[in-house]
Amino acid sequence: MSTLAEAPRDQFQTDANRTATDDVRRLAVRRALSNYQTARNRTGATFTDWKSARSAAATIKHEAVNHLDKYLEEFERKFTARGGKVFWASNSEQARNYILELAAARGVRSIVKSKAMTGEEIHLNPALLAAGYGVVESDLGEYIQQLKGEAPYHFVFPCMHLRRDEISDLFEKELGTAKTDNPEELTMIARRVLRRAYIDADMGISGGNFIVADTGMISITENEGNARLTVGIPKIHVALIGIEKVVPCLGDLALLLPMLATAGTGQHLTGYNSMYGGPRQPGETDGPEEFHVVLLDNHRTRLLADPEQRDALHCIRCGACLNVCPIFKNIGGHTYGTTYQGPIGSVITPHFRGLQDWKHLSGASSLCGACTETCPVGIDIHHHLLRNRRNAAQEKPAPGESLVWRMFAFLMRRPALYKFASRFAPLGSLLHPLIERTALDPVRAWTNTRDFPSAPLRSFRAQFKAHQAQKAAAISQNGGAK
Amino acid sequence: MNSQNGDREAILGRVREALRVPAPLKHPAERSAGGEPTTAHFREWLPPVGPSLDEKFALFAKLSETLRSELIVCADLAQAAAEIASLSSAESWKTIALHRGGLLDKLAPLLPNNLAQLCVDGGYDKNALEACDAGITECELLVAQTGSVCVTSDNSGGRVLSVLPPHHIVIARQSQLVTDLTEAYESLAAKYRAHYPSMISFITGPSRTGDIERILVLGAHGPKRLTILLLP
Ligand code: SF4
Repeated sequence: MSTLAEAPRDQFQTDANRTATDDVRRLAVRRALSNYQTARNRTGATFTDWKSARSAAATIKHEAVNHLDKYLEEFERKFTARGGKVFWASNSEQARNYILELAAARGVRSIVKSKAMTGEEIHLNPALLAAGYGVVESDLGEYIQQLKGEAPYHFVFPCMHLRRDEISDLFEKELGTAKTDNPEELTMIARRVLRRAYIDADMGISGGNFIVADTGMISITENEGNARLTVGIPKIHVALIGIEKVVPCLGDLALLLPMLATAGTGQHLTGYNSMYGGPRQPGETDGPEEFHVVLLDNHRTRLLADPEQRDALHCIRCGACLNVCPIFKNIGGHTYGTTYQGPIGSVITPHFRGLQDWKHLSGASSLCGACTETCPVGIDIHHHLLRNRRNAAQEKPAPGESLVWRMFAFLMRRPALYKFASRFAPLGSLLHPLIERTALDPVRAWTNTRDFPSAPLRSFRAQFKAHQAQKAAAISQNGGAK
Repeated sequence: MNSQNGDREAILGRVREALRVPAPLKHPAERSAGGEPTTAHFREWLPPVGPSLDEKFALFAKLSETLRSELIVCADLAQAAAEIASLSSAESWKTIALHRGGLLDKLAPLLPNNLAQLCVDGGYDKNALEACDAGITECELLVAQTGSVCVTSDNSGGRVLSVLPPHHIVIARQSQLVTDLTEAYESLAAKYRAHYPSMISFITGPSRTGDIERILVLGAHGPKRLTILLLP
């Protein structure tokens, strides 16, 4: 892992160079993703019409995001009427402070967390730990990453890059358990440890996949049941959710939940899809006494203000775009250096954390469009990467680069000059090896890792002309013979 | 951050400012969603179910199998009690947890005498519930399209009973089987109107994880086994 002081771009380059040649890691990731792909293809094929379903999902999110104020207010009204509390946080600090103050005011000692990428985004765990609270991540993958002291590798599959023996070693070291290469035994170890965490915790913190405006609920999707326990047992529940997660009505989930499951993990429906509207209601057996929803802006409104890329806020965080991305497969999740990895992370991070610092992510794409193709809500992901590149260049032009392009354009518009200049290409090929990979090499970024193709002695035009002449000669010969 | 709500006005202000320029709708759906009262048209695109009860049941049974839920069709409550008794002796249960309800009130007296019962209504000790060998609940609905069991905090013994014990047993009637999530939400809306329970949960199979090498393991945190006893 690179040091914090490093600029994001340098960290990215260093880590990418290292991970791209880490065959062991790449194999682990490829294997995990091929299991995913099989499941997804199988489930996706059961849809009567995936494309129309996708358009409808996109339309729902478009409606929600483009009337965000209206739906957030509706959610707040309904949720508050049922005894919930809504807190609006402009940034990470406000969100963290609210949770810290709440924990202090209620005399909380230990906290159990279910998966929340917003928690990663605002660096919640370090803040809670520093304030003296015990915090346990309860999602198995997140728990493993927490023990490892590492950020999640993928925002849906947090430890997909680890092999079972590595997890076994980690458990042995941190929990003192016996070695095993059986994923089931490993899971049971975590199950035993975490059961205590739910029972002992005074506060449960969750994320949320959807905010439902018309019924004032939040919806949480999970497979393990850890979120159910996290928001069922402790007496306080705090849900930390981005403002863009809203949908207009509860019924919309009838479409979005199956699509999230299919795209995310290849399931028809994820193990537990639970909607929570308020704390324990009168007459109910159990449930938290208090339920706080922290609505997080943290620069989402900056992305909202860009109508061209606003649909990036439609994202339902299924992770499918990571799973199909050739770049992700090669450089892995940590290289991005972001909370949200992969193509969608590359689109939104520059909006959240600064275009110039994070524009390199938009460059790290083959623009193959696999992400756009797979996205269940039809976000134009790869074109947004291009738009980020354009915006970055407009905002801060690179004089050297634009000079090269202007020279190129100048040449391309003048066929005679182009023809004349291309005569020198073979000469260039001849001389290039003398400076190849040295500081003088103008194409060093390329030649560092690849061979530079050598120019042919005869140009395409010359070859084409000769070929045409040959063909004409052959035809006239044949014609003559008949 | 001066008010109790935090930065409410500032955020809503930024949202309204940002939305002054409209964004194009890139994927116009055939019918406009959002705010539309019915979502029945989702059905045309999602995996097909079939209109008859037999088709619904067949799909639910097939999905239960792939999900590794155990579906047992019972002729009556006595058979349901007998199934529970045999599960109980196979797994040597000592205590089961359950809640009050139309079906369970009739089932509870039929259960084996040597099986202690913890009823969660009116509060329970969480350590005691954790120590139970199985939890028996009723449910709101069964969903054919996804193989799911829908429980709520209102009719299924609260939030925790269906997820803390290692074996979850659901007792349901065939009439509770609905086509898909759309029908499920419509039926919940009709039943509860504006007074929804604080939790609605669609349980699809036993608790599972694929976090280690994307290999399926059951019983990550919730129940390792899910048994559905289906009465006529
Ligand atoms: S951008 Fe689309 S594919 Fe990627 S995580 Fe979001 S919803 Fe899924």
